[in-house]
Amino acid sequence: MILYDLLFYIFATLIVIASLGVVSLRNSVYSVLFLIFAFLNAAGLFVLLGAEFLAMTLIIVYVGAVAVLFLFVVMMLNINLTEIKEIVIKRYIVLLMIGVMLLVDLGAVIYSSVVTKTVTALPSVAIEEFINFTNSESIGMVLYTRFSLPFEISGLILLVAMIGAITLTYRVTDNFHKKQNISKQLLRTKETGMKVISVKVGEGVDAISNK
Amino acid sequence: MVKPMIVYILLLPLIAAVFTGLLCKKVSNYFAQIFNSSLLAISALLSLFVFHDIVIVGKVLQIDLFNWIDLGNFTIKWSIYADSLTAIMLVVVTIISSIVHVYSIGYMHDDPNVPKFMAYLSLFTFFMLMLITSNNLVQLFFGWEGVGLCSYLLIGFWYQKQSACDAAVKAFVVNRVGDIFFAIGILSIFFMFDSVAFDYIFKNAAIYKDHYMSIMGMRFHTLDFVCILLFIGCMGKSAQIGLHTWLPDAMEGPTPVSALIHAATMVTAGVFLVARCSPLFEYAPFALNMITVIGAITCVFAATIAMVQNDIKKIIAYSTCSQLGYMFFACGVSAYPAAIFHLFTHAFFKALLFLGAGSVIHALSGEQDINKMGGLWKKIPFTYAMMWIGSLALCGIWPFAGYYSKDAIIEAAYASGSEVGEYAFSMGVFAACCTAFYSIRLLILVFHGTSKVSAKLSKHIHEPSLTMIIPLALLSLGAVFSGIIGDNLFHILSPSLEFWHNSITILAQPNILEKIHHLTLSVKITPLIFGISGMILAYVFYITNPKLPKLITTRLQWLYVILYNKYYIDELYDVLIVHNLKRCANYLANITEVKVIDGLGPNGFASVVSKMSGYFSKIQNGYLYNYALVMVLGFVIFLTWYVLIFA
Amino acid sequence: MQFLTNDVSSISLIHFLFLGAIVFTIGVCGIVINRKNIIVILLSIELILLAVNINMVAFSVYLGDLVGQIFSIFILTVAAAEAAIGLAILVVYFRNRGSIEVEHINNMHG
Repeated sequence: MILYDLLFYIFATLIVIASLGVVSLRNSVYSVLFLIFAFLNAAGLFVLLGAEFLAMTLIIVYVGAVAVLFLFVVMMLNINLTEIKEIVIKRYIVLLMIGVMLLVDLGAVIYSSVVTKTVTALPSVAIEEFINFTNSESIGMVLYTRFSLPFEISGLILLVAMIGAITLTYRVTDNFHKKQNISKQLLRTKETGMKVISVKVGEGVDAISNK
Repeated sequence: MVKPMIVYILLLPLIAAVFTGLLCKKVSNYFAQIFNSSLLAISALLSLFVFHDIVIVGKVLQIDLFNWIDLGNFTIKWSIYADSLTAIMLVVVTIISSIVHVYSIGYMHDDPNVPKFMAYLSLFTFFMLMLITSNNLVQLFFGWEGVGLCSYLLIGFWYQKQSACDAAVKAFVVNRVGDIFFAIGILSIFFMFDSVAFDYIFKNAAIYKDHYMSIMGMRFHTLDFVCILLFIGCMGKSAQIGLHTWLPDAMEGPTPVSALIHAATMVTAGVFLVARCSPLFEYAPFALNMITVIGAITCVFAATIAMVQNDIKKIIAYSTCSQLGYMFFACGVSAYPAAIFHLFTHAFFKALLFLGAGSVIHALSGEQDINKMGGLWKKIPFTYAMMWIGSLALCGIWPFAGYYSKDAIIEAAYASGSEVGEYAFSMGVFAACCTAFYSIRLLILVFHGTSKVSAKLSKHIHEPSLTMIIPLALLSLGAVFSGIIGDNLFHILSPSLEFWHNSITILAQPNILEKIHHLTLSVKITPLIFGISGMILAYVFYITNPKLPKLITTRLQWLYVILYNKYYIDELYDVLIVHNLKRCANYLANITEVKVIDGLGPNGFASVVSKMSGYFSKIQNGYLYNYALVMVLGFVIFLTWYVLIFA
Repeated sequence: MQFLTNDVSSISLIHFLFLGAIVFTIGVCGIVINRKNIIVILLSIELILLAVNINMVAFSVYLGDLVGQIFSIFILTVAAAEAAIGLAILVVYFRNRGSIEVEHINNMHG
């Protein structure tokens, strides 16, 4: 299936190019945009694989929420274009070495564990059962029944993250802006609201009332 | 009854020393003085009883106390051995020591550290008694070192004075040089005889009479070699020429110390050793000749220096050195009884001279230069009389003690007939003249003539207190009568050696004491004549013709300078030995110790640790990207390792 | 795989895994290489998580096991939560420091 291969290679190349763009561009907004592009291509890849629910979820959550959040923060922090720093060759050599080593390791692991062996373990949730259902239906049938506990917990994680984010960034409102406190106003009585002062001739009120 | 007594003689000074010494900050001065002096006095009394038992009744005591070294063949016990030689030394040591203790009550009255002083004196007495009563060379060496230690402690007693500390170290170091040879001598005796016990060695000494040994191709008579090594130890302890430099400087210590240690007891340990080992020395003729020569040179050497000294204690110190030379050359001509007899009488009159000088110094509140004294005889007449008695005894005038003993020595030197003997005779006679000269010079300059005392000091001149007068009186009795008692009552010098009961061996028959009796009268009178002429010479120099000393010192200035500077021996040693040793020690201390040993060891290690930790702490620079890099690097390395192992 | 024709494609699991490895490596290098600002670090973390997702889904499809995709959903969740908190910290840091240059962060030096 030449279309399949072609699409795969296109998507893969674009993902790689996009990720390279993420880490190497100087403009932060461009980095975020390239990340969005990478996500889109990954979603395409997932569709190619047949996991269309996950692809759509990727777009909705990652692109729609996370990347937009990144953009918000980038815009809010008003990050200037970073000036050109001289390229320190020594550091890049180290990094290149790290990258190469990592890649080689991963390649070796992949080769030794996937190529030379055959899978003998039984799948825990076999896809064959769901051959008559769409991907979304099958995921739904499994997620809310067998994986309901992790599902609830992931909801809890999101709740905690939300509380954490609010707690971190919430500033106690500063006191030099005047505000109204309605309940306090309504509970005021004559005794607490007024004070009768006798003022002598020629004196001001401030001197007495500031006592 | 006698057995426990002699143990107590040794034990009482030890108890006094330990008790007062350990509690020296807590006991009062009064207690320390009374306690120590009374214990020593009891010890002296007991020694008289022991003397009676040993000499008159004729016992020889051998008491084994404890095991000391037990190494298979080599066993030594702590034991007490007493024969006539020991007995007479016991009497001398304990009596002089108790007298000095009583004197110190008065002399050191104002010193802040009286209990410590008393403790040191008693400790010294204990070590000296250990030395005298030992029956083997190792225990004797223990006592030998112990008296050296106490000498160091006592010379440097006023440790705030730098000169006192230097003098104490000098005494110890010079003694050490002698002690090394002594130790080698003990080792070679052990090597030869397989034992260090005196009875065994003396019984078997005759076997080695003609034994020769070869070292590096040179042949030595073994017993000569060994005896010379022992004698070098004696030279160090008894301040013979070459190793005498510590004795004049030892006068930095308090006067009672000089009287006890450097007149009566410690410096005579060398003579005691030679007399004790007389069976060995008798078989070593070359060693005996060497002893005679060195003794003779020393007695003249020291006497000439004493003639021009200006410090009252130094004059008496050089006088001691000279008299020790007499004792040694008496031993050299095999007249051991004469040497010990002179030791006995010398102890009394030298201690008397020292304590009298101490009383003069005390009267003048510390002045020691005789050129700043004068005209004191009316103000301190008792001291004056005591000094006269001591000086007359020293000059050998009849009937004082020195006449009997010193004359015996000089006659023995003549009667020995050998070349060295005749040399010793002439030296001894000349030294007798010098002795008389400087003794009378001392008396005249200190007590007669116009007073050169400063007006401030002359107001305080007073006779010493009772605690200082009684010891002086007792010693004067000894100085006067000990000669007569020794010669006529105990017959110390009788040729039959009946006093000595085999504690001393003289080989030649007829022995030298016999030969003395056959000398002509002219020889016997010679020392007396020279002594009297020395006295007359001093009188002329300082009373009738006071300008004469100045004239001679200007005309013979070179001689005066040499004599005044003690023949420049101290300076010679300083240039040759001391300077180089100091440089070597400096090098070792500052460079080897600090840089090499400390640098490689503790200090270097610590500094390496701190430097390394400094480097390591720079890794934590706080930069986020560095931390991230390091984390990733670690992860990658771990992964690589994992892959290599498992895949 | 579930395509309209009956040919077997030559793309096997390994291709996907290599893709995942490459994106992972790029993400890791992005964390370390970065000298500009902290946002790029967070973006690189997202890349890493994306690579893991690709791995998961590829395994799920090729081994016939649905758990991979389900777990991928959870990874998504966690990534979103972590991005949110990371950005919150960044905002607070920016408020206190005024800049988010990576090079100026050295408070933890020892």
